[in-house]
Amino acid sequence: MSWLIFALVFWLGAWALNAFLASSAWRGSLLVRIAIPVLFGVSLIVLWEGIVRAFGVSPVILPAPSTVAATFAASTDILWEDFQQTVLKGALSGFVIGVVAAFATAILIDRSAFLTRGLLPIGKFVAALPIVGIAPILVSWFGFDWHSKAAVVVVMVFFPILVNTVQGLRETDAMQRDLMHTYAAGYLDSLIKLRLPAALPFVFNGLKIATTLALIGAIVAEYFGSPTRGMGFRISTGVGSLSIDLVWAEIVVAAMAGTAFYGLVAFIEKRVTFWHPSHRTPT
Amino acid sequence: MQGGVASDMRSFLPIMTVLGVIVLIWYAAVAPMNIRGALDVAERGGADVVPPESRARFEQPVWRLMVDNPQHIAAGYALDRPRLPTPQQVGQELWKTTGEMALKGRAMSKRSLLYHGWITLQSTLWGFALGTALGMAGAIAIVYSRVVDMSLMPWAIISQTVPIVALAPMIIVLSSQVGIEGRGVPKAIISAYLCYFPVLVGMVKGLRSPASAQLDLLKTYSASSLQGFLKLRLPASMPYFFTSLKIGIAAALVGTIVGELPTGAISGLGARILIGDQFGTPLAIWAALFAAAILAGALVTLLDLMQRVTLRRMGMQA
Repeated sequence: MSWLIFALVFWLGAWALNAFLASSAWRGSLLVRIAIPVLFGVSLIVLWEGIVRAFGVSPVILPAPSTVAATFAASTDILWEDFQQTVLKGALSGFVIGVVAAFATAILIDRSAFLTRGLLPIGKFVAALPIVGIAPILVSWFGFDWHSKAAVVVVMVFFPILVNTVQGLRETDAMQRDLMHTYAAGYLDSLIKLRLPAALPFVFNGLKIATTLALIGAIVAEYFGSPTRGMGFRISTGVGSLSIDLVWAEIVVAAMAGTAFYGLVAFIEKRVTFWHPSHRTPT
Repeated sequence: MQGGVASDMRSFLPIMTVLGVIVLIWYAAVAPMNIRGALDVAERGGADVVPPESRARFEQPVWRLMVDNPQHIAAGYALDRPRLPTPQQVGQELWKTTGEMALKGRAMSKRSLLYHGWITLQSTLWGFALGTALGMAGAIAIVYSRVVDMSLMPWAIISQTVPIVALAPMIIVLSSQVGIEGRGVPKAIISAYLCYFPVLVGMVKGLRSPASAQLDLLKTYSASSLQGFLKLRLPASMPYFFTSLKIGIAAALVGTIVGELPTGAISGLGARILIGDQFGTPLAIWAALFAAAILAGALVTLLDLMQRVTLRRMGMQA
């Protein structure tokens, strides 16, 4: 019981500290803005640990964070192998192919107003569909190895990026285009120097959506058949053989990979589209 | 989506053209995709095939096979278990498992997609309700409390970068161990997990959309903070609300199907896809996929209509 009390007290203490920090004079500083969510997350993990220990929850149902951490440390080689198979081979290669294909298609479509008007609503509609469902079809077309996973990822990331890029390319206003015209800029010049930069905020919006979709697609596709490695494979067999702590370790890897991937894209976005109002620091 | 009737009419022709081209490409792709299957069937039927052994055919590119066996290409369009079915086959399968069964009075039979679609729809709507409620509550807490804003918002973003499919089997195991019967609840939790985030983000934006002059005006009326919420912030957030609901319901449907896919569920559209995969019946997979697409389209269109009607009544033209 003492575990539960400790966890609850810790959680309340962390919340009180956060409340103090959030209304203190340093609330604008970067340190505090990072410290508050970190403290909140840590307090949740302590609460989880406390509940598992206090009620003696069976590790088959819900392992304590400390158990998960121990498993994580003990099976880094398996986790690394799965990470390579699913994230590096499946998700990342599919992401790159999908992004390049969508980007190229968007630029080609953009030359024709007719095509744009026809494809944009269809693309928007398809982007809202549960595309993950095609995973079993693509696995049967491309085999069990990572190629089929990459194919699922390509289809999943294609439409959000296509729609966002096409919309972004239409973002320039007539004044700006006229200005380029008075400079005697051709199609290519105004595309590279005006319209692509103006489209970047939209493109990055699509890229950020695509990062999460890429991991989802790569993992789901593994549920339908994979070689004996990969995060989706390990999760589905781990649930079946009740090695739940390993499943949680895989979830931790998936969470870290997803966050890092998203963070990387967000970081590049900040560097590349620093001029956009949403990234200007308020003075 | 936002455009009026006039722009809808203007887009009609381009959309139909693009759809037509897609269908044409689809039909054209069926021949190379199915030629191997068609030749296998023809060989078993005793017809002349070049080359005659299935192993030798396996090493030939499909183009070669099509050139050598032009008389068997047509058979690829009528296979029982095609690698790629024709749009017509998918349509027939879809009709056979929905309309035809309904006409026979067996709309809720276990083999009817209407039954499975209904199961999926139920979980989707529960997840949508749960996710929308959570997203609204979170948004209100974030707008009114700086601590919640600073501690919750980063985690809300991180929660969406965690691939939910990794968590889905765990959520199902956990809820069955805790003693929750059936698969409805875990599926609803998964779809709520995907659905709450767009609602949260949209509502935070919406509730913060009133200008400070408007908020000040209410203060001079000595309005309480509850009145300020009900009479200014909430109405002002409505356009954002409906936009995020449309994203949310699509996400909720994805969540339900993801919850049905990897977990050995036996009913629901996702389960139909899974079972079609295990029994090698591609037509069932394609029909279930199209049923899911139709369901998604119907739900988003319904919300779009609600948005137009509500905003028109409130005097905010969409």
